[in-house]
Amino acid sequence: MQISDLKARVEAVLFSSDTALSMAKLEQVLEVDTQELRVALQQLQQECHQKGRGVILQEVAGGFQLRTRPEYAPWVMQLRRTRHMNLSRAATETLAIIAYRQPVTRAEIEGLRGVDSGGIVRTLLEKDLVRMAGKKDAPGRPLIYATSARFLEIFGLNSLEDLPTLRDLKTDELDFAPAVELEMDFESKEREEY
Amino acid sequence: MAYEVKLDQFEGPLDLLLHLVHKNEMDIQDIRIATITAQYLEHLDMMKARNMDVASEFLVMAATLLHLKSRTLLPPSRVEMEDGDGQDPEEELKARLLEYQRYKEGAQQLEEYPRLFRDVFPRPPLEPEAAELAAKALDAQINIGLYDLVRALDNVLRPKPKPAVHRVEGGAISITQGVHMLLQHLHGRERVSFQRCFSATTSRLEVVVQFMALLELARLQLLELQQHTRNGMIYLYPAQSLRSGSYTDIEHMIDVEAYANF
Repeated sequence: MQISDLKARVEAVLFSSDTALSMAKLEQVLEVDTQELRVALQQLQQECHQKGRGVILQEVAGGFQLRTRPEYAPWVMQLRRTRHMNLSRAATETLAIIAYRQPVTRAEIEGLRGVDSGGIVRTLLEKDLVRMAGKKDAPGRPLIYATSARFLEIFGLNSLEDLPTLRDLKTDELDFAPAVELEMDFESKEREEY
Repeated sequence: MAYEVKLDQFEGPLDLLLHLVHKNEMDIQDIRIATITAQYLEHLDMMKARNMDVASEFLVMAATLLHLKSRTLLPPSRVEMEDGDGQDPEEELKARLLEYQRYKEGAQQLEEYPRLFRDVFPRPPLEPEAAELAAKALDAQINIGLYDLVRALDNVLRPKPKPAVHRVEGGAISITQGVHMLLQHLHGRERVSFQRCFSATTSRLEVVVQFMALLELARLQLLELQQHTRNGMIYLYPAQSLRSGSYTDIEHMIDVEAYANF
């Protein structure tokens, strides 16, 4: 099959879908092998990112999705009735802490922020950006929090590795390795490198 | 409703402290405690002056700063050196500030990321076909977290709002009531038009019952129905007893049993 033909097929399928499609799903639908698909996706992605296109091909939460370009948001918004998710500065700050430090307890969040954060964590849970990821094996067995798949979707991240890197501190202790190993699944869908 | 005034929107003592450090163009590593402490306390006074609830966290930080400031004035105390965990409280504060700054920057970067439904938009969900829904339901992967369960339970426990249904009272009217309604129209009158005697009815049921009452009275020969012209107005001529209102035993005359279903 011609690569241009496959590319068009991929575009058609992605256009018709209202959810992100994983590599596996695309392979199954298009009946092609992984290698061909990767080339097609890559080319399509590059084409979409050129000027003069209205959509971009984003890799989110382990799948591919066509989304409108950020610069055309004002026009696209005219058609939308739903209001976008508003996050206060405190909420974004808390979300960032959870994203980088997960799994993290409320006490740890509050230690970092220096203020009570219970209400904000609750809001983030309600917005489905954060989830309860179990209990920490420590006195009082406090709940630990982690980001959700929804978080990746909303911020257009494929995996947690795509988070912007934080400025390094002089201390070496502050990498964002999980403080405790728990029964966690990090939506660590295999990152497709190509 | 109380207004919540925020001075420059400080999220907490660390936020305020960081702001002061930047305002004074200091580096966190060479923070001048005396200057920062003075400005920090000034800011707290400002908050109090505006009737703001100063969160306890702000006060704890004020105490910490004052403690640090006092330390600079005194020779290092032996007790502290032996007692503490070896951590210099000033270094500790610096470390906290640095770390806080780091996450704040992370949050700013996150804020600038193209966000779904704010900057970028996917295709909205289409109306699914019934067959599609069924297929989805069959191989749906249900991914429920603890919080989803808690939320579901919460929804069940929450007192249910009263259903916004307008209840129409099906006013059960007996044939006897129908008769009385009719009698009110007939009282003291020589004749009443068919239409007029239904003028007070408010529902279909009332019309029906009153019509049956009319037939019943006619059957009891207390009422005469006359139509003077073809397709013309029908008139009710009540008997003398009805006109004068001397019909006390009328209820016994009605064959209530026959109307039991109404």
